[in-house]
Amino acid sequence: MFQPSGDVLIAQITSRFEVLTHAPTLALLGGVLLALMIAWGVAWLLGRQSDSTVNPALVQLFDRRIRAWLLMYVILALGFILGRGATTFLFFCVSFFALREFITITPTRQGDHRALFWVFFVFAPLQYLLIFAGPLLSGLDEILVGPGPYLHGLYSILLPVYAFLFVFTRVALAGDPRRFLERTAKIQAALLICVYALSFAPALLYLDLYRHNSATGQWERWEGSTAGLLFYFILIVQLADMFQFAGSKMLGGVPIAEDISSSRTWRGILFSLAMTSLCATGLWWVTPFTWWQSACLSMVVSALAFAGGMTMSAIKRDRGVKDYGTLVEGHAGILDRIDSLCFAAPVFFHLTRYFFMVLPMAQIGE
Amino acid sequence: MNLTSTLLAFAAKVLSGAQARWIDCQPDTCQRVYFANHTSHLDPLVIWGSLPYDVREVTRPVAAKDYWSRGPIKPFLARSFNALLIDRKKIKVHQSPIELMINEIGNRFSLIVFPEGGRVPEPGMREFKSGIYYLSKKRPDLELVPVYIENLNRVLPRGEFLPVPLLSCIKFGAPIWLEEGESKVDFLTRAREAVLNLKEL
Repeated sequence: MFQPSGDVLIAQITSRFEVLTHAPTLALLGGVLLALMIAWGVAWLLGRQSDSTVNPALVQLFDRRIRAWLLMYVILALGFILGRGATTFLFFCVSFFALREFITITPTRQGDHRALFWVFFVFAPLQYLLIFAGPLLSGLDEILVGPGPYLHGLYSILLPVYAFLFVFTRVALAGDPRRFLERTAKIQAALLICVYALSFAPALLYLDLYRHNSATGQWERWEGSTAGLLFYFILIVQLADMFQFAGSKMLGGVPIAEDISSSRTWRGILFSLAMTSLCATGLWWVTPFTWWQSACLSMVVSALAFAGGMTMSAIKRDRGVKDYGTLVEGHAGILDRIDSLCFAAPVFFHLTRYFFMVLPMAQIGE
Repeated sequence: MNLTSTLLAFAAKVLSGAQARWIDCQPDTCQRVYFANHTSHLDPLVIWGSLPYDVREVTRPVAAKDYWSRGPIKPFLARSFNALLIDRKKIKVHQSPIELMINEIGNRFSLIVFPEGGRVPEPGMREFKSGIYYLSKKRPDLELVPVYIENLNRVLPRGEFLPVPLLSCIKFGAPIWLEEGESKVDFLTRAREAVLNLKEL
């Protein structure tokens, strides 16, 4: 009841993650790599053209974006090869650096110092540790750890409840009442966006999913790889970002909120919704979804990617910086890359968990 | 220059995300006095760590003797950074701090000094003490390099011992020299302005 045997434990830790044995995941990884290489080649060719034929600033932007994607791809692929724990650790590092950028541009007072120390060195690691440690506790009573992914209940509230209350208390204990609510809200926003929201991306890896077999009308265990699902999700978010930018540029129109983002237009967003769902329809085979489920989910993801981009733009405009990357010269702006990911991750996670795990389990149980 | 100092400087750099920016100034092993705003205990460590290896070897931070001789660890740290310890309390007539500095640097070493005489949180900056004036009066050949330290006081503020790993920046500005006939007040104001000007860049 309390301790699973070693074999079961190992199976729990590695199950439904294996990238190298799941053909669709490998195919997707290979396909994306090929596309990136082709895009890189095109960027290189464009860079050699004379300035009169193409806009050099646009080419440079394109080239930089491709390089950033390639870097992301390599890091992610490396994480996948090393395993589920390594990928989770990777996301922790991203959260940590994003948090660092966020707090750096946010004015804090000395009274916030101790609270910030807890945020960086206790709460951020603990959130990822809970996600990682779930399967290790799978032998414990279900009542204690809840239905899978294990510790889901705890890591769903650790930051937005316990850590938030802790931040209030710790800042109050520091004895500086000036702008108390404003200061605590800033720290909490940083935790929520950079750590909590993003942590749901690697949490996808720990889902135990089911797919609906239309032939038999029954739910059955999904034999795919959750690493593929995570990759699918990140790919959709990146595509949504790209289509938003391209759609807003090509179709024009009035900016939605000019003071916040001068480039995003309604036409661009609609274009992104349509194109992203079209792409996702063609990628259903790597996920437990059917083609239309994949299209619907990708529309939600696309809309949230837009929400994330707008929110982070608003924060940047308020602080008077254009990119987080230019904040301190030479530092890559991680926040610029993950803003849309952060907003989409929790919703994608919960939709997937509810419709492809909780619901099927309940129906099978009946 | 030893393992302790190299490791510590590296750790401080990683922790503070310190980025060295050389504005109108390039790293060089010529004799210099780096003068900076003082906001945190990490300041000398991070400035020293952001210098290239060969420059580091000939650069010595100036520190307060009363503080850095206390306990077993601080003197050890001071030694490993080859720090030049100055007695703030008992300034003797025959052995003034300036003479001590000039003797110690010879014609090889550079110095890192904090002319505010203590740590001041960032927005404000105290008036400079006169040390750098007398130093450059006796050694007019020394290049005085203004250094602005940004955000480091948020990494490790005064009175705290646990750091928060924010991003910070170290800016090196164009060297200044004592002009002929320049008064002490004028020079110190100009030096302070040189540091403050870097803030906006």
